[in-house]
Amino acid sequence: MRPGRGFPAALFALALLSAAPSRAEIVAADLSSHSIAITTGFTGASVVLFGATDGLADVVAVVRGPDRDVTVWEKGKVAGIWANTDSVTFVGIPSFYAVAATRPLADALSPGAAALYKIGSDNLKFETKFPTDPERAKRFARALIDVRKRTGVFSSSHEKIAFLGDRLFRTTFFFPANIPTGSYLVEVFLVRDKDVVGGQTTPLVVSKVGVDAAVFNFAHSDALAYGAIAVMMAVMAGWIASLPFRNS
Amino acid sequence: MDVYLPVAEVSLDIFVLLGLGAGVGFLSGVFGVGGGFLLTPLLILIGVPPAIAVASSANQLVGASVSGALAHWQRGNVDFKMGFTLLMGGLAGSVLGVWLFTLLAQLGQIELIISLCYVVLLGALGFMMAIESVLAILRRRRPGTVRRRLHRHTWMHGLPLKTRFRKSQLYISALLPVGLGFAVGVLSAVMGIGGGFIMVPAMIYTLGMPTAMVPGTSLLQIIFVAANVTILQAFHNHTVDAVLALLLLVGGVLGAQFGTRFGTRLRGEQLRFLLAILVLLVAAKLARDLTLRPADLFVIPADNRI
Repeated sequence: MRPGRGFPAALFALALLSAAPSRAEIVAADLSSHSIAITTGFTGASVVLFGATDGLADVVAVVRGPDRDVTVWEKGKVAGIWANTDSVTFVGIPSFYAVAATRPLADALSPGAAALYKIGSDNLKFETKFPTDPERAKRFARALIDVRKRTGVFSSSHEKIAFLGDRLFRTTFFFPANIPTGSYLVEVFLVRDKDVVGGQTTPLVVSKVGVDAAVFNFAHSDALAYGAIAVMMAVMAGWIASLPFRNS
Repeated sequence: MDVYLPVAEVSLDIFVLLGLGAGVGFLSGVFGVGGGFLLTPLLILIGVPPAIAVASSANQLVGASVSGALAHWQRGNVDFKMGFTLLMGGLAGSVLGVWLFTLLAQLGQIELIISLCYVVLLGALGFMMAIESVLAILRRRRPGTVRRRLHRHTWMHGLPLKTRFRKSQLYISALLPVGLGFAVGVLSAVMGIGGGFIMVPAMIYTLGMPTAMVPGTSLLQIIFVAANVTILQAFHNHTVDAVLALLLLVGGVLGAQFGTRFGTRLRGEQLRFLLAILVLLVAAKLARDLTLRPADLFVIPADNRI
């Protein structure tokens, strides 16, 4: 498991908690399931986040998939044909990102707190692999968010967290069919006066299961043997196919 | 009924895949061509990522050419020495081809190059087939034969390394089949085709092989070139979907048997003309996709597993 970028924020939140024991601002939350299994017929999954606060407060929850390097290409017209002409590679971008909150983010959180805890896709850190013009980096970062929102792996609008009474809350995160596999982190922030005062993190594992997973893992972990077996299967199939027509 | 292709990571209708394999197999049975040049672009059109389509077609090709080569071998129509000489070029060509493929993928250009290659190749092929079949139809209406010269000496006969190919009754430079194999090997790796439609005419007209020997010998070397491409693609690019290849193979083998039977009963010229139109339509669709302004000017290839 690669340490998620959420860890520092989560530790910071815990540090805040322990630093102010007298106020004891606590949020407790859990998921309806800690794993999502991608099977042959996988069309997406919903996971319910539920929990309780110690009193009236706002709650913001963030789900982030494992960090990966991402290359974004821009298409341009070259001799009448649309080709990939320019690219920027970003380092350590979450492969999935979703936010839920009790109120619109701008109302619930101060811009400073949102930036500090990287809440909202605009507050993610877009570090380029190679130094580049900041304007260009910003343009490509915006494109990255747009593309990912369209494919559903970045949430386009935040989910609503609903309160049941004063303390109990719940929300549903939807994971589309194309979610990447790996270890996810669900961070829950307790917010008072537009500032984060408490928090908790919960892991979520997304993995492929069954025959498809076995084939995929084999193709990636032992590629040479996989290729050889693929060839042998094809040879066998071709040979078997020619048998009934042997003497015709 | 949808089936999830584990390496391609897309779900496609199993009957569409079987039907596609059967349709392309049928055509290859009727016309005696491999059909890879239609299979790969059609897979791309139904939503298989181009890189996966190319590599899995190569895998499918191994099975299809084993079945074809066996049939020709039983009739004694395989020149093993010629096949082996073509293969030496073919293996080298496919190694270069897969290397090029990996490089282009890293540069983010592989999708474009595959599409471009197909537009050029299908365009030229469809055009030539259309003209040839129209001429054949006209010729049938106006009977009369034209005598051609049997053997012409060109610069190719001056090349060194002259070798005797007994079965094909040829005495030519080994560089010719090696070079031909090399060129087709590169195309095979980048485009996922066997290259029979280039190889066969080149073997007949350039090498001067007897026509009966050509398909079996061409298929023999395609088995090994396609096997080499499959293993190299699986190793370097993880783009071989064996489930996809097997589904195509099941459809393709059945289709080819029906096609062979059908082909003997049908008028060739009209059918060739129809195939030419089909080939041109596929080329036109791919060309249109290249020139239309894309819906989104930014792409993240890794998100689509290309």
